[in-house]
Amino acid sequence: MWENVDAVLLARIQFAFTVSFHFLFPAFTIGLASFLAVLNALWLWTKQEHYLDLFRYWVKIFALAFAMGVVSGIVMSYQFGTNWSVFSDKAGPVIGAPMAYEVLSAFFLEAGFLGIMLFGRERVGPGLHMAATLMVAVGTFISAFWILSVNSWMHTPAGFMVDPETGQFLPTDFWKVIFNPSFPYRLAHTVTAAYLTTAFIVGGVGAFHLLRRRKEGAEPSKATRTMFSMAMWMAAIVAPIQIFLGDQHGLNTLEYQPAKVMAMEGHYESHPDGAPLYLFGIPNDEEQRLDYAIGIPKLSSLILKHGWNEPLDGLDTIPDGDQPPVGIVFWSFRVMVALGFAMMGLGLWSLWARYRGRLFYWPWLHRAAVAMGPSGLIAVLAGWITTEVGRQPFTVYGLLRTADSAAPLDAPAVGASLIAFIVVYFAVFGAGTFYILRLMSRPPVPHEPPLKAEATGPTRAAGITTVRRE
Amino acid sequence: MSFDLTTIWAGIIALAVLIYVVLDGFDLGLGILFATERKKENRDIMMNSVAPVWDGNETWLVLGGGGLLAAFPLAYGVILSALYIPIIVMLLALILRGVSFEFRWKADTGRWIWDAAFIGGSTLAAFAQGVTLGGLLQGISVDEAARQYSGGWWDWLSPFSMFVGLAVVVGYALLGATWLVMKTTGDLQERMRTRAWHLGIATVIFIGSVSIWSPILQDGYFYRWFEGWHILWAVAVAMIVLGLAWALFRALHVHRHDHWPFFASLGLFVVTFAGLGLTMYPYIIPTTVTIYEAAAPRQSQIFMLIGAGFLIPIILGYTAYAYYVFRGKIDVDTGYH
Ligand code: HDD
Ligand code: HEM
Ligand code: HEM
Repeated sequence: MWENVDAVLLARIQFAFTVSFHFLFPAFTIGLASFLAVLNALWLWTKQEHYLDLFRYWVKIFALAFAMGVVSGIVMSYQFGTNWSVFSDKAGPVIGAPMAYEVLSAFFLEAGFLGIMLFGRERVGPGLHMAATLMVAVGTFISAFWILSVNSWMHTPAGFMVDPETGQFLPTDFWKVIFNPSFPYRLAHTVTAAYLTTAFIVGGVGAFHLLRRRKEGAEPSKATRTMFSMAMWMAAIVAPIQIFLGDQHGLNTLEYQPAKVMAMEGHYESHPDGAPLYLFGIPNDEEQRLDYAIGIPKLSSLILKHGWNEPLDGLDTIPDGDQPPVGIVFWSFRVMVALGFAMMGLGLWSLWARYRGRLFYWPWLHRAAVAMGPSGLIAVLAGWITTEVGRQPFTVYGLLRTADSAAPLDAPAVGASLIAFIVVYFAVFGAGTFYILRLMSRPPVPHEPPLKAEATGPTRAAGITTVRRE
Repeated sequence: MSFDLTTIWAGIIALAVLIYVVLDGFDLGLGILFATERKKENRDIMMNSVAPVWDGNETWLVLGGGGLLAAFPLAYGVILSALYIPIIVMLLALILRGVSFEFRWKADTGRWIWDAAFIGGSTLAAFAQGVTLGGLLQGISVDEAARQYSGGWWDWLSPFSMFVGLAVVVGYALLGATWLVMKTTGDLQERMRTRAWHLGIATVIFIGSVSIWSPILQDGYFYRWFEGWHILWAVAVAMIVLGLAWALFRALHVHRHDHWPFFASLGLFVVTFAGLGLTMYPYIIPTTVTIYEAAAPRQSQIFMLIGAGFLIPIILGYTAYAYYVFRGKIDVDTGYH
């Protein structure tokens, strides 16, 4: 079974593994940074203690997730060179600049103000502390802007020419490079995804403590109710927006990467007069057909072309060597969409509960919210898998093949490092997840202690006052 | 030497790497010295002295890498795939030590694990960076037609690269020790004074040995430093290094300054770094690819220069501000208010 395992495949697995891990953290921290900024602003504005308590509660979790985001991100920025050196040489002149802008305009901003956000409330005063918190939130957005621009360029390249001598991509118009055709859609869809991810985690934790308090027969605290309520507002408002954005994104993809949409839809064959929307099926690449297909006739044409009988091409129009693997794309897309609708469902349920005055007293709603806690993380990964696997076999769509992008490495080198990554990531990020879950399992309390002032922290140990963490 | 865009970009990247080396140098060094302090309170103080700034320090490494990709894409690809193992080891080590900053406070019975991860990760990251430098200095084979690395995955391994690895570990520990002289008081500070002096001597010996070893390795380096009147350069640099070592000693033990030892050891790093720059220029991959051959096209260089020229001063500004906010001693008695 190992004869097909070459360095390129291992490098792909390694990239997919490390970037998937990495993205789990930004998906959470982008939203959480904004949530913290809002909480801090609400506290400054209303002076109601429970907002500060919530800020302090979530900032501890944020610090952990952010640290993991940073260290896993540093790996990503070097991986282009270690594993994809040919890609780096060829695409570097185009994508290098936006990536450098990301470092200069986002990473430094986040890192520079993170210290003040975490530890500096007493040192700089509330106004500057608020400003620092905002800077971190803005930094996460700017970071998403640039890296998604780069990633989108790889999907829908624009504003370049190819150097006939070196085969390098040379930028001709950076404006077109940055604002390439799929970028606005991807940015909107991904940032919204990050907000939803955070909303569902916050909502899940809130619901967990609501259930707990109920079991203890006590009224839930103000802080717990506030976080659950805020999260459910986000779910109710943002999930439908996300579905709309996803639909728009899909139309854009149909225009620029039709093969990907064919794979998402499971359309092996062309449908000259109206294509069905398959809800279920087992993609069979060998035979080029969808086994056990269950579909709604003509619905796919209606969604994608806005007409019942519009023709849609299938993978039979794409040369074999240029087709993405259908199975993965077909399923990951369905997972994402199903979760999107489930999120909207929960949001609607919460509106109903709110209307009935039962938002904080409906155990089944809370159980559902706990179950949906990680749904954003899963949807986000499923979305990226759809996007990235769907553009195979290219790294720069239509122009540079994945197989021609890899570094000239021996398979054992890549294999060994892959194993090292797997071991270290599971151990380290596993422990981090455990610590985060442990923090979450404790409810926010009035006069929530600032970061690091816990029993294990230095403040109580031997009465030393060291850095006071916020 | 004409000051064209390519040279400017080489300068910017060199600057980013230098800032990285001195900033993350002291916090990696502090991690190395963690091994020598067993008491929990002391370790808490040490870690807290860099907790608010380590992330910013490490971001210079990302700029070094990202800048290299943007300005010298060929060099980025070739160097990182040639030095695959040390780079991956460095990345994994940075993960271990980076998360320890947070995890250490969250673990109750398992704190020793994250203390060990902090020490091991810091030491290994420093060592891997030195090995990377050594591997680069000793030369990398490039298939120029295919624009790819053409060697094997163990080519970097040599006595020289191992030696440079050790040199970096010792040098970073020196930075860490003098940082702690600046940030602490009492016993801890006293011990760090002594360590700083021993590490200072070791660092100077390492600098001297690497300076002699690398010209033996590569004729080009030999010519640059030792042939004809060039030897004057070598003598001048040697004098500056010895002068700084002397200043370090006086500041540590005669004047018993808190700040100057740190700046003296920064000086050692700056001089060594400048020496390395002179050794390599105009090659970015010694001795096959020059900065001109690896450079990104002009339009990319200009586009980035606008951003860099505008943003780097701002970054330096708020980084300085963050250091200013967290200035002062981390003190057992008076506290870090
Ligand atoms: C949509 C958002 C997004 C996406 C797709 C990615 N990242 Fe990321 N990244 C972030 C959003 C982000 C962030 C929100 O800005 C992080 C997360 C936590 C943090 O510290 O910043 C971050 C951290 C982070 C860091 C550490 C920054 C520091 O030192 O402070 C690096 C070097 C990268 N990333 C690099 C990458 C690369 C090379 C990616 C692609 C392969 C990538 N990221 C995908
Ligand atoms: C952060 C969320 C992301 C996730 C979860 C993700 C996921 C994946 C996956 C699963 C693959 C493997 C596809 C395959 O081999 O069939 C892949 C490939 C790739 N992705 Fe992404 N991706 C993400 C973001 C990005 C970004 C932002 C970039 C560019 C800056 C990028 C660049 C690449 C490249 C170069 C490959 C090619 C390697 C390969 O084909 O395996 N990815 N990604
Ligand atoms: C029913 C709702 C949804 C639809 C119709 C939809 C549609 C799409 C489509 C078509 C793509 C692939 C675009 C391309 O690669 O060209 C995509 C990607 C993606 N989706 Fe969704 N999506 C939905 C819900 C969600 C939800 C709920 C989340 C997360 C909370 C999410 C997160 C993502 C992410 C992170 C990507 C990859 C980045 C990108 O290409 O934008 N999606 N989505």
